[in-house]
Amino acid sequence: MKTDTIAAIATGLSNSGISIIRISGEDAFSIIDKIYQSKNGKKVLSKEKSHTIHYGYIKDNDQIIDEVMVAIMRAPKSYTREDTVEINCHGGIVVTRKILETVLKAGARIAEPGEFTKRAFLNGRIDLSQAEAVCDLIHAKNELALKNSVSQLRGKIYDIISRLRKDILRDVAFIEAALDDPEHMSLDGFSDVLKVHIEEVSREIERLLQDAANGRIIKEGIKTVIIGKPNAGKSSLLNALMGEERAIVTDIAGTTRDTLEETININGIVLNIIDTAGIRATDDLIEKIGVEKAKKAAKDADLIIYVIDSSTDFDDNDEEIFSLIKDKRAILLLNKSDLEMKVRPEDMRVRTNQPVISISLKQNTGMDKFIDTVKEMFFGGKLSFNDEIYITSERQKEALKAALESLKLVSRGIDEGIPEDLFTVDLMNAYEELGKIIGENVDEDLINMIFAEFCMGK
Amino acid sequence: MHGKIKHEDAVCIEGKDKMSYVYESYDVVVVGAGHAGCEAALATARLSLKTLIFTVSIDSIAMMPCNPNIGGSSKGHLVKEIDALGGEMGKVIDKTYIQSKMLNVSKGPAVHSLRAQADKQEYSRTMRMVLENTPNLTIKQGEVVEILTENNKVTGVKTYSGAIYPCKAVILCTGTYLNARCIYGEVINPTGPNGLQPATHLTDCLKRLGIEMQRFKTGTPARIDKRTIDFSKMEEQPGDKKVVPFSFTTDPKSLNKPQVSCWLTYTNEKTHEIIRKNIHRSPLFSGEIKGIGARYCPSIEDKVMKFPDKDRHQVFVEPEGLYTNEMYIAGMSSSLPEDVQIEMYRSVRGLENAKIVRNAYAIEYDCINPMQLKPTLEFKKIEGLFAAGQFNGSSGYEEAAAQGLIAGINAAMKLLGRKPFILDRSEAYIGVLIDDLVTKEINEPYRMMTSRAEYRLLLRQDNADIRLTKKGYEIGLIDEERYRRLLDKEQKIEAEIKRLENTFIGATNKVQELLISNESAPINTATSLADLIRRPELNYELLAPIDKDRPQLSDDVIEQVNINIKYDGYIKRQLKQVEQFKKLENKKIPEDIDYMAVPSLSTEARQKLSKLRPMSIGQASRIAGVSPADVSVLLVYISQYNHEKYKESIKKTQNE
Repeated sequence: MKTDTIAAIATGLSNSGISIIRISGEDAFSIIDKIYQSKNGKKVLSKEKSHTIHYGYIKDNDQIIDEVMVAIMRAPKSYTREDTVEINCHGGIVVTRKILETVLKAGARIAEPGEFTKRAFLNGRIDLSQAEAVCDLIHAKNELALKNSVSQLRGKIYDIISRLRKDILRDVAFIEAALDDPEHMSLDGFSDVLKVHIEEVSREIERLLQDAANGRIIKEGIKTVIIGKPNAGKSSLLNALMGEERAIVTDIAGTTRDTLEETININGIVLNIIDTAGIRATDDLIEKIGVEKAKKAAKDADLIIYVIDSSTDFDDNDEEIFSLIKDKRAILLLNKSDLEMKVRPEDMRVRTNQPVISISLKQNTGMDKFIDTVKEMFFGGKLSFNDEIYITSERQKEALKAALESLKLVSRGIDEGIPEDLFTVDLMNAYEELGKIIGENVDEDLINMIFAEFCMGK
Repeated sequence: MHGKIKHEDAVCIEGKDKMSYVYESYDVVVVGAGHAGCEAALATARLSLKTLIFTVSIDSIAMMPCNPNIGGSSKGHLVKEIDALGGEMGKVIDKTYIQSKMLNVSKGPAVHSLRAQADKQEYSRTMRMVLENTPNLTIKQGEVVEILTENNKVTGVKTYSGAIYPCKAVILCTGTYLNARCIYGEVINPTGPNGLQPATHLTDCLKRLGIEMQRFKTGTPARIDKRTIDFSKMEEQPGDKKVVPFSFTTDPKSLNKPQVSCWLTYTNEKTHEIIRKNIHRSPLFSGEIKGIGARYCPSIEDKVMKFPDKDRHQVFVEPEGLYTNEMYIAGMSSSLPEDVQIEMYRSVRGLENAKIVRNAYAIEYDCINPMQLKPTLEFKKIEGLFAAGQFNGSSGYEEAAAQGLIAGINAAMKLLGRKPFILDRSEAYIGVLIDDLVTKEINEPYRMMTSRAEYRLLLRQDNADIRLTKKGYEIGLIDEERYRRLLDKEQKIEAEIKRLENTFIGATNKVQELLISNESAPINTATSLADLIRRPELNYELLAPIDKDRPQLSDDVIEQVNINIKYDGYIKRQLKQVEQFKKLENKKIPEDIDYMAVPSLSTEARQKLSKLRPMSIGQASRIAGVSPADVSVLLVYISQYNHEKYKESIKKTQNE
């Protein structure tokens, strides 16, 4: 298994200020030597010290492509623990691509998704939970998620899970010791002690799971659906949030026939907004599909924004929406508050038991209150996530759930008066499940799954 | 120059000086007739191989030089498994037991463990008679000094007298005899256990063959004259009323006989004071003993020094047999000087006037690093050379016997051209024992423990026959009749479980009364008998009055039915764990793999894997120093490796 040299664009492909092309592998230096030219034309990067940055140009044959800064890192002091070169260029999709092509022409091959991380993992640089955090880092869509990715990387999850595992193992060890030496050690009364321990560990796991829900919201944003009757102002709301006109806004009811999806970032909170077709009984086939889609989206949503035209009366369509937002997190926006209000906020609050805010999209009033309400709803008003950590991958969540389930079985066994030696079956299951989270129990399925999940770049 | 000749060479010359001659050819030679050697020799002889067994003394066949019992926590499981595979230990202890006890009965069935006090002399004699009357088996008194090999393949053995016995396989079961030294205080006796002659030549020969040796230590307490013990000051420890046999072939009724009691007393502060005062005279503390002892089997001075907070330690006084006054003082093994021993034992309640018949002593001996063995117990380096028992770094009669049986079976399988017999960790305690020995670094004498068995719930002593007897039959150590009986038992268990799952009983007065009288909640609707058995407070037998169609079944069938229904959920979950385990276990590592060529393995893993050459990813994952990350690397590498091989083979066929 010779390690060939791989390259990829390490930053997202966008028209951002700076883009980085990363090269990793045995030939990283010989490749950069072929395509790099220093200002005076004399410098050879493979002869330079590790962890230095050099100004110069990338050229294809004799043609200069871009002015760049090149960082070089020698094995094993790099992310992948291989010789690594990073080309910082001015960005721009075209130039970045051109540089990557030049690198590939010089002998690298394009990295598979997640390959840098896979190499870092295989080279013993990071453990599994760190590897996943790296994935999150790349997928992180906002600053909160970024902070979370960083603290996971430092191994906070690792610390917590390790401690829980140790707690479990200690109880297993006690039971085992007593079984091996029944004439010297007694298990009398141990069930009660064990029960307390299990409750403690279970509580911590439950908290991690609870936070995991928040974790997803931080990482992926709040799945938000805007619903309402036709022409209540749903698309106007979306546009107001976006700060530009995306959805088709007309005064004709039923203009949005499909669902639109947008990601917006308001003061650090990411909303993944789906604008839906207005909900009303209709004979128009295309519109009907839109309405069904809207209903389905509402069911899966973290947050429903129900836009109400406060200048018109309630009808059956509103009733239908009331049933959709029951037991969901929802905010009612009474739009068109600049007109004569036929619907009163108090009545709505009583009817739905959800927060109600009066706004006027036309006059741009009430938006601040709306955003504060979202913060309150999802983050308890505070947005300081520095000290908290979140489990963010599905795999980790599944393992937590399985561990919790096993601990429940132990508790049940204790209540039923099952002999103590049997508890170790479920205790060990919990232990193994937790081990999967931090990569201390590696089975093949896990490896395959994780590498399949890996993302491009770092 | 002469003075510079190494010790090894000197032995060679000594051997050459004697006239060597070829005595007689055998298929298999077993060196040592302790618990490992006896099982090994019986297995090969019973599989029709011409077998010769050597012992330094015919009177020490199957001798029990330490504790006078067989079984106990997890060791009882081993004996049951040996029996289920067609070994002898269980049958012999059933015939010679003088007290029997099922341990851990308040716990789940998986940890119930049988232990029997043996009449040591009787045990030894009975086993000897079995050996003497087994066809194809020859017993010989003598010391084997050399293993003869050609191209790393066994060709025979040579005795001290110069006799050469050509053979195809050798099984080394030398116990604690190799370069043995018995030590107490300042006294050092160059003898094997019980003052028997040690084997002083074989180690050098093994070293010449490139075998890595190490030195372990164990110990035994004093034996005290029964007439000098005041039992009225001790707690009596009688045997169980209902005695369960070790062997699945023993009729439980044949076990009815009067049992002899053991006695419990304690050390006290005075005992500990005597030990502390004299600890500088202990060869362990003075550094005279260099061999490594076991943590779980400490001498009394170890216990006192390591646990200064404990104000007393348990002492069990156990009979050594029916026709002797010697009593074994369990819990007080020691290597303190004789004069300190007398003072120390006499400080114990009930032993105030005790007379010591045999001193306590520590014994040091040569053994191998068992990581040099395959799971078949054959040396990786030398074809046809097998090893079992304390020679492999284990401790205990049962551990020895189990290895002896497996080594014997595998030597036979090899000579008969059949496939190796390996039990994995999910199949038997024996599998756990051998996997641990050949995979994990053993730094002290290895004792079996229930905690070492991950899949304990499946590896119960009560179902050893169901787990293993079929395998014993396939090997050829279980006869047709016993095999048929097993099939019949299995079928009965299955039918009865089915019946109980499908028999629903209504909420009649009689049913409710029975439930209430057993402190069980009354039922609301018709409930299956199986569901009632699953209730912790109920069991199969308690339900007899409300189970009209119950067939007549034997106790062992009822036991299986009860356990399988009651612990059904736990058993299923454990089976799931086994499934996961088997996945990695079945992932074989190519034999020609070059670990130096696998990138990104840690240096330690690379060294360990190169040295040990595990057969499967599962085994690799259990090697100390091989981390989960290393295992991941191996998994990725091997799948790539296999893929490459596959591509190559396709190319080849295309070219052809």
